[in-house]
Amino acid sequence: MDVPVAATALRQRNLLGIADLSPGEIVLVLDTAEAMKEVGRRAIKKVPTLRGRTVVNLFFEPSTRTRTSFEIAEKRLSADTLNVAIGTSSVVKGETLVDTAMNIEAMSPSMIVLRHASSGACHLLARICKAAIINAGDGMHEHPTQALLDAFTIRERKGRIGGLKVAIVGDLLHSRVLRSNLLLLTKLGAEVWVCGPATLIPPGLDRLGVRVTTRVDEAVEGADVVMMLRIQLERMEGGYFPSLREYFTTFGMTDARLGRAKPDVIIMHPGPINRGVEIASEVADGPYSVILDQVSNGVAVRMAVLYLLAGGADDETVA
Amino acid sequence: MKRLLKGGRVVDPASGVDGRFDVLIDGDRIAQVGRDLPVSLAEGGDVLELGARLVVCPGFIDMHVHLREPGQEHKETVATGVLSAVAGGFTAVACMPNTKPVNDNAGVTQLILQKAREANLARVYPIGAVSRGQKGAELADIAELREAGCVAVTDDGLPIATAILARRALEYTSMFGMPVIEHCEDQSLKGDGVAHEGPVAASLGLRGIPGVAEAITAGRDILLAEMTGGQVHIAHMSAWTTLEAVRQGKGRGVRVTAEVCPHHFTLTDDLLAAPIPYDTNAKMNPPLREERDRQAMIDGIVDGSVDVIATDHAPHHYDEKNVEFDRAPFGIVGLETAVPICLDRLVRAGLIRLPRLVELLSVNPARILKVPGGTLAPGSVADITVLAPDLPVTIDRDTLRSKSKNTPYHGWTFTGGVAATLVAGRVVFSSPEAGWPTRRA
Repeated sequence: MDVPVAATALRQRNLLGIADLSPGEIVLVLDTAEAMKEVGRRAIKKVPTLRGRTVVNLFFEPSTRTRTSFEIAEKRLSADTLNVAIGTSSVVKGETLVDTAMNIEAMSPSMIVLRHASSGACHLLARICKAAIINAGDGMHEHPTQALLDAFTIRERKGRIGGLKVAIVGDLLHSRVLRSNLLLLTKLGAEVWVCGPATLIPPGLDRLGVRVTTRVDEAVEGADVVMMLRIQLERMEGGYFPSLREYFTTFGMTDARLGRAKPDVIIMHPGPINRGVEIASEVADGPYSVILDQVSNGVAVRMAVLYLLAGGADDETVA
Repeated sequence: MKRLLKGGRVVDPASGVDGRFDVLIDGDRIAQVGRDLPVSLAEGGDVLELGARLVVCPGFIDMHVHLREPGQEHKETVATGVLSAVAGGFTAVACMPNTKPVNDNAGVTQLILQKAREANLARVYPIGAVSRGQKGAELADIAELREAGCVAVTDDGLPIATAILARRALEYTSMFGMPVIEHCEDQSLKGDGVAHEGPVAASLGLRGIPGVAEAITAGRDILLAEMTGGQVHIAHMSAWTTLEAVRQGKGRGVRVTAEVCPHHFTLTDDLLAAPIPYDTNAKMNPPLREERDRQAMIDGIVDGSVDVIATDHAPHHYDEKNVEFDRAPFGIVGLETAVPICLDRLVRAGLIRLPRLVELLSVNPARILKVPGGTLAPGSVADITVLAPDLPVTIDRDTLRSKSKNTPYHGWTFTGGVAATLVAGRVVFSSPEAGWPTRRA
């Protein structure tokens, strides 16, 4: 399959989801992230690109990895950053999301990075804010920068995305990482297989351009990439599967199962991992694992997103 | 006082009338329907020359509305609700008991009726709760509710909690000839769902409510109605599987009727994705479903399996809807959009003819609830809806009479509207731009 030609700019002022990006725009982000990764290798890991811009990280859900990654990316681009966490905000006093956003908006930030438990929360903010909205995970909907950093990591290891067999295994029902990844990977021409217990497969998933199976061996067979999704421990209490032990014996990724994949398979996980639930330690820490590369690349990819969205904004200090 | 409506097309399927007739009203009753009635019959009263384009029908009855009073007057009151009703062409509404407090006793019923008398526009028929507090444990005082003026019982907003309670309700109401109206929804299957379970919910990351959650409860209650001889009415049917259950029940002679809302035969869950992603005005319960379901609702309307079109008018304040999708309340307003939608999408589209629409909006609701109206036969109440089928209507939320503006149809244009609404012989709404005569002939 032909590799899409990189676009020259992002058409949208927000990053609400992979659904809004063309293949060319995705390639543009990945190419830009290559340059940003180089910044991270310097002794002085800082460029003046976003100097004078304020970026608000508005996190309504606990997050270590994503929030830290965004904050480092913002600081490397010299933005003024502010973290608003739910515990310290007015939300605990009963303020609505719209009111919280309008108050932040009144202080004229350039961008708002939003993490929220409700699907569509970023769309709601985008309708009322002049600041660019970056989706850092909305409910069960999308987590676009995660999919972009996953794609970056795959491309870095495999040289391409088109034509690869990618198996995604785990909780397909509740995962925003899955939704963003299947959109991105299918847009770039990968063959995407998704696998999980039948209770965690949303009806209609098979109509989104992916192969759906409940047999993990079939998903992993000949795969170039195996991506594990986190099993949230509270799902067991929801009755989706009988026990963590049974989940691991049926769907957990072990060296034996991984043996069905291509010899140069890479194994990925968005984190945080549950050792011995969805993934065996021998796999997570083994030679095929690129889990920590994903984390490193997250900073470069988020720098690229911030940079490109700033370039599309209408104030004066374009990089 | 006498009033003569001259020259319109009269559609009164209960009397087998469809043609150009004059209607003479005497006081609050229909006195006579006939060709070229002499003006002298209305001596001392009004003579209104309607013209051939207007259609005179027995008054439309919306048997599923939420008037929110008592307790949630920021959303709607009885007064604003009936104003919305008559502007939408409805001469009567039946209001659901999920007020605060719940209409599970004569005191609340009497309050609603008192407010309706004060507003003095559409007739209001309260519907009582099946269970005390709508808690699903024990029957409410249904005989007392009936005595106070309730015409049916329901736990709408929720299904009747258990099969045994549904059985008792069907048995108990059969003593009074009252229908049990059921909000069909298996609560365990619904869970914390907010949208129809299908590809759209899967891609938007919204928790799903499967269509069979509705059909399972409908099936349960149809079987119980068959066993007990009770009368069950399936509210706001939305899933093709529910329609199948209703058809099977009717085929076996069960006393089951069913209603469909305009949004369920015009919209699908695609509206959740575009043009406004996660639009909370596209969130209602039951949810907008798939094309297969939408088409099934049309089929049921056309083939007679559906008895009633009702709006499930569910006003909510702007602030309550201006939140994250999963936090927004379910429901849309419907009283002022139903007639344009039905005239355009059903009659003008050639799916049904006007007499069938009158059955769905007037004859059958009157029959099911056993309330006056549903016909223009001499001696019946002079509740009349006058339609202007050629009138272009653009829905504008800012001009709705309802206190709430939560409609997904804002900006939509339909052909067909309301020219006038008469309750007990009195003109309670009229629209000169729709062709209602401004001066007496």
